[in-house]
Amino acid sequence: MNLGQQLAQYILSGLSTGAIYALIGVGFAIIHNATGIINFAQGEFVMLGGMATFFFFSALKVPLVLAVALATGVSTMAGIVFERLAIRPLKNATPINLVIITIGGSILIRGIAMLLWGKDTHSLPTFSGDEPIMLGGATVMPQHLWIFAVTLVVIVCSKLFFSHTISGKAMRACSYNRRAAGLVGIDVRRMVLFSFAISSAMGSMAGIIIAPLTMTSYDVGVMLGLKGFCAAIIGGMSSGLGTVFGGLILGVLEALGAGLFSSGYKDAIAFIILLLILFIRPQGLFRRGESERV
Amino acid sequence: MKSLLRNEAVRFVLFSAMILALPALLAGGYLLNVFVFVGIHTLLAVALNLLLGYAGQISLGQAAFFGLGAYASGILTATYGQNPWGTMVAVALAVGLLAFLVGFPILKLKGHYLAMATLGFGIIVYIALNEAVDLTGGPSGLPGIPNLSLGSYVFDSDLKNYYLIWGVTLATILLSLNLVNSRIGRGLRAIHDSEVAARVMGIRVRLLKVQIFALSAVISSIAGSLYAHTMTFVSPTSFGFNFSVELVTMVIIGGLGSIYGSFLGAALLTLLPEMLRAFQDYDIVVYGFLLIAMTMFMPGGLVRGVPELARRLLARPQKGKADA
Repeated sequence: MNLGQQLAQYILSGLSTGAIYALIGVGFAIIHNATGIINFAQGEFVMLGGMATFFFFSALKVPLVLAVALATGVSTMAGIVFERLAIRPLKNATPINLVIITIGGSILIRGIAMLLWGKDTHSLPTFSGDEPIMLGGATVMPQHLWIFAVTLVVIVCSKLFFSHTISGKAMRACSYNRRAAGLVGIDVRRMVLFSFAISSAMGSMAGIIIAPLTMTSYDVGVMLGLKGFCAAIIGGMSSGLGTVFGGLILGVLEALGAGLFSSGYKDAIAFIILLLILFIRPQGLFRRGESERV
Repeated sequence: MKSLLRNEAVRFVLFSAMILALPALLAGGYLLNVFVFVGIHTLLAVALNLLLGYAGQISLGQAAFFGLGAYASGILTATYGQNPWGTMVAVALAVGLLAFLVGFPILKLKGHYLAMATLGFGIIVYIALNEAVDLTGGPSGLPGIPNLSLGSYVFDSDLKNYYLIWGVTLATILLSLNLVNSRIGRGLRAIHDSEVAARVMGIRVRLLKVQIFALSAVISSIAGSLYAHTMTFVSPTSFGFNFSVELVTMVIIGGLGSIYGSFLGAALLTLLPEMLRAFQDYDIVVYGFLLIAMTMFMPGGLVRGVPELARRLLARPQKGKADA
């Protein structure tokens, strides 16, 4: 394989992990925009997606399509329950206490998953075979195409939801100004619940489509969640294209770094990029700076 | 009695006496070993509290400074045979300088961005500890670190290490109490409330934030060196993201902006896993649950929550009478 082919291969696999980061990152951004909370439990919904799919498919012998649907349902329910039990009862909690509560939630969810499904690493079958497709010198696994397709569909749907439905518009109103949204009759608490439901559903989709490529276990959520968070920060906490590009850039740079320099430092590369971006453009790559009002 | 307790000096003497007398009660058992770790964790929690509780700046990468201190001490003494005491001081200064340098760009950030940047820094250090195998031994760890010694007196038992570590911790608590009650401490609290207002009052906000960040790194590095010499073995898992989170949890559960609260938080979170042993695999679930419950029902931490709870419990019977 010559260097050009190698590069094409790295970029391709980078784009597919980047798409996963983008999905997770958009989930972060949706909750953050609706509530101001950084949900450190986001990665656990990613884990739940993959693990629940494995459970329904391998242990209960449910057909894969149904297993995927059930797993998404389980994770979404988990997100809703988490919001109702741990987030909604809080009034006037400081941001730092909210961080601790979501961290506690992530430990709790991870612990329950470990008790239910054990500490083993599990693999899921790919959605449509393992026959690689040649594409401009790089080999593409069908699963990569699934990842691109699902990400595209989810992002487009969420874009349509936020710009064309009444609920979507109401959620955007909450992110601009919660009090004003409440004054015009929007049920802010319900919108917060929606944001948790949507972002846990998105996270679990990400976990499901990546599981056939990377395997899954009860503790995959931490790193994936943090990378998704990186994507959201690069994208300036936008719940749209900014974060998608953030995820793709992160995935590609990480894959190139791992391929050309050192695979051991692969995870470090993502965080070095993150620090550089925070130091140089803390408002994200694609957003203009805002001055703080006192 | 109550007014006596309000006196800072009296409180410190009482606290020190309690700590120094504790080994007699524990009678050298397994709990004594646990309380050695309570000492190290208190040291780390106090350091983080200066930054988080007083200056209001979160750090999710505190374990990195702890790890750098432990590994640098370990490598220089075990591999290169340097004097442990000199190494401890030199390493602490070097880690402080590093924190000072990275502090300028990092502490410009606020809120979640600050949390994310410090977290990123912590993870980069953690990965480096794992990957620089020639130097650190990689994931399997670094063995053969010597115990500390003074002349022919070697700190090789739990009891000796207890007094060594708590000596350092008590000294640090005294220093921190002095610091937070000084002009600098008032400056830090001003920054916590409003950076702009603090700047208007003539506080050099950026410099002060970076200085307190560096100070907390120096203390954490010393804690790391002490940990390395006590354990005589270090491995990267002790210095990961989870431990950084645990430290933040100690400070918040103990009570932000309370030095003794940091001790309570450190003691609770160090003893808790030992008590949860009985739950076996369920311990992580119970731990997560307690974390959520305590933050929900005692948002001010143990230091404010326990007296509040006591007052409510005592007040309840009277309230019942009034209703009747």
